[in-house]
Amino acid sequence: MAGIERRKLIALAIAFALACALPFFIGNYRVFQFTLVLAYAIALLGLNMLTGYNGQISLGHGAFYAIGAYTAAILMDKAGMPYWMTIPIAGAVCMVAGFLFGLPALRLEGLYLALATFALGVAMPQILKHKSLEHWTGGVQGIVIVKPDAPEGLGLSQDQWLYFFTLAWVVVMFFVGWNLLRGRIGRAMVAIRDQPVAAQAMGVNTSLVKSLTFGVSALYTGVAGALGSIAIQFVAPDSFNIFLSITLVVGVVIGGLASISGAIYGAFFIQFIPNVADQISKAAPWAIYGIFLLAFMYAMPTGVAGFVRILRARLRR
Amino acid sequence: MEQLTHQILSGLATGGIYASLALALVMIYQATHLVNFAQGEMAMFATYLAWALLQAGVPYWGAFAITVASAFVLGVVIERVIIRPVEDSPILVIVIVFIALLVIFNSVAGWIFSYTIKPFPSPFPAQPLFGNSYVSSHELGSTAITLVVLLLLFVFFRFTPLGLAMRAAAQNPVSSRLVGIRVGWMLALGWGLAAAIGAVAGMMVAPTVFLEPNMMGGVLLYAFAGALLGGIDSPGGAVLGGFIVGVLENVVGAYVGTELKLTLALVVIVGVLVVRPSGMFGRVNVVRV
Repeated sequence: MAGIERRKLIALAIAFALACALPFFIGNYRVFQFTLVLAYAIALLGLNMLTGYNGQISLGHGAFYAIGAYTAAILMDKAGMPYWMTIPIAGAVCMVAGFLFGLPALRLEGLYLALATFALGVAMPQILKHKSLEHWTGGVQGIVIVKPDAPEGLGLSQDQWLYFFTLAWVVVMFFVGWNLLRGRIGRAMVAIRDQPVAAQAMGVNTSLVKSLTFGVSALYTGVAGALGSIAIQFVAPDSFNIFLSITLVVGVVIGGLASISGAIYGAFFIQFIPNVADQISKAAPWAIYGIFLLAFMYAMPTGVAGFVRILRARLRR
Repeated sequence: MEQLTHQILSGLATGGIYASLALALVMIYQATHLVNFAQGEMAMFATYLAWALLQAGVPYWGAFAITVASAFVLGVVIERVIIRPVEDSPILVIVIVFIALLVIFNSVAGWIFSYTIKPFPSPFPAQPLFGNSYVSSHELGSTAITLVVLLLLFVFFRFTPLGLAMRAAAQNPVSSRLVGIRVGWMLALGWGLAAAIGAVAGMMVAPTVFLEPNMMGGVLLYAFAGALLGGIDSPGGAVLGGFIVGVLENVVGAYVGTELKLTLALVVIVGVLVVRPSGMFGRVNVVRV
C-alpha cells in the first residue's frame, strides 16, 4: 500500500490481531465495554475531523450521536428492520442533519460555533422527549432494543458477535477516514483551519468543504451512536445530555487533536477512566476529566497521540 | 388578558436573572473577547457557598455579602492562575479550558454538597408586596436587585477612574499600557466583577429553580441567548436581551408548552447568530484581512 511505512503496517496488523483475539480471553461484560470503546473511537474520529482537522469547534456532537442511536432504535423497534441494515441509514440521516446544521454554522466562527453547538447539545434531550415525537421515540421511557444473536455456526456469544460486528465497522470507517484525511480534501480541511483566506485564494471551496466536513463528521458520530445503542440495547433522552457531548470533546482532546490514532486512545480514556474514578466518588470522573483537560492543555496540547509520536522519535534516534 | 399580563410580569422577573448573568458574560467578552462557558457553574458554586453560610447560621444579607466578595476573589484568582497562561492560545484551547472549568465546578459542587436538591431561601417576604396579585415579592425583589446591580455598574464604569481604566484596557490594551494602566489586572478585575454578578444571579434564581449542581444549565443558555440578542459587546443591550428572552420564555411556555423551553433558547441563539450576529445593539465587527 502506498503512503504507509512497512513498520506501521506491521504494527497495525499486530494491533488488529490483538483486537480479534481479545474477546476470547475476557468475560462478556468486558467484551461489552470494549465494544463501546470501538463505537466511541468512530465517534471521536468523526469529531476529530471537524474540530481537530477542520478547526470547527463542536460542543454538541452528542446530539448527532443521539440521532444515530434513535434512528437505529426506531428502525428496529417500529419498522422491524434487521440491526445491520440500520447502521448505514443512521449514518445517512446524521450526514443530512449535520450538513443542514453545518450550513448556518458556516457563518459562525470559533467561539460562536461552540456556543451554537453547545445550545444544540443542551436542548437535544428536550427535543427527544417532546410530545409530537413521542410515538416514535417513546418519550422519557426511551426504546428497548433486542440484542442481536450471532449467526449460527460461529459459536460466538451475543457480546462477542457484536464486538466483531463493531470492529468491522471500525476498520471500514478508519480506512475511509484515513484516505479522506491524507488526500486532497484532508489537506483542504487543514488549510481552512490554519489559513482560511489563503485556502480560499488557492481555490478551495471553503463553504462546501466546511459544511461537508460537518456532514461527514456527523455521519461518523451517527454510525457510532447506532452501534453504541445496539450494544447497550436501550436508548433514552437523558443519556444524550450535554455531558455526552463534553465527553466526546474530552476524548478528542486527550487522545490527540488532528490525529487518527488519537481517536482510539481517547476512546479508551473515556470508557475506562470513569470506571476507575467511580470508585472514589460519583462526582470524581468529571473532576478527573476536568483536571486531565487542563493538564493536557497546558503540558501536552497534542494529546496522547502527540506524546506517543514524541516518544517514538526519541527512541528511534 | 390577565393571564398574559401575569406571564409577562413573571417573565420580566426571570428575565432580570438572565439579564444579570448575560451582563456577566458581556463583561468578560468586552475585556477579553471570550465567552465564558463556566460562568453558570461559577455562579452555582457561589450559591452553594451562600447556602453553606446560611446553614452555619449567618444572617441572609451577611451571607449575601460574604458570597459576593468571595466570588469576586474566586473570579480574580481563576483569571490570574488558569486563564492567564492560555490567554494567547488558539480559541480551541481556551474553549476547552472553559469546559474543563465547567466540569470541575460542577463535579466539585456535587462532591462536596451532594446531588440532592436543596431549597434555598428568598430574602423577601412570602406574601405579595403592595397587595398586588400579579407578582410575588421574590420576583419583584430580584428584579429590583438586578436593576440596582445594573445601576451600580453603570455608575462604576461611567464615573470612577478605575471604571474608565477598565474600559480603556478592554478597548485598546497597548495604548492603555502606555499611559500606565495595568492591563493584566484590569482583566482580572473584570473576571472578578463578572463572578460577583454571577453570584448575585445565582442567589436570586436558586429559590425558584432549587439548589443543585446542574441548576444553571438552562439559565446559562438563556443568558447566552439574551447576551447575543442584545449584542454581545453591549452591556445595556445584553440586559434588554435578557429581559426579552425571559418574557419570551414565559409566554411561549404558557401558550405552546414548557417542554421546548431550552429549544427556544437554541432557536434564539442560532437565529440571532445567522440573521444578525452583532445583535440589536452590538457593533458590527469587520475583520481586516
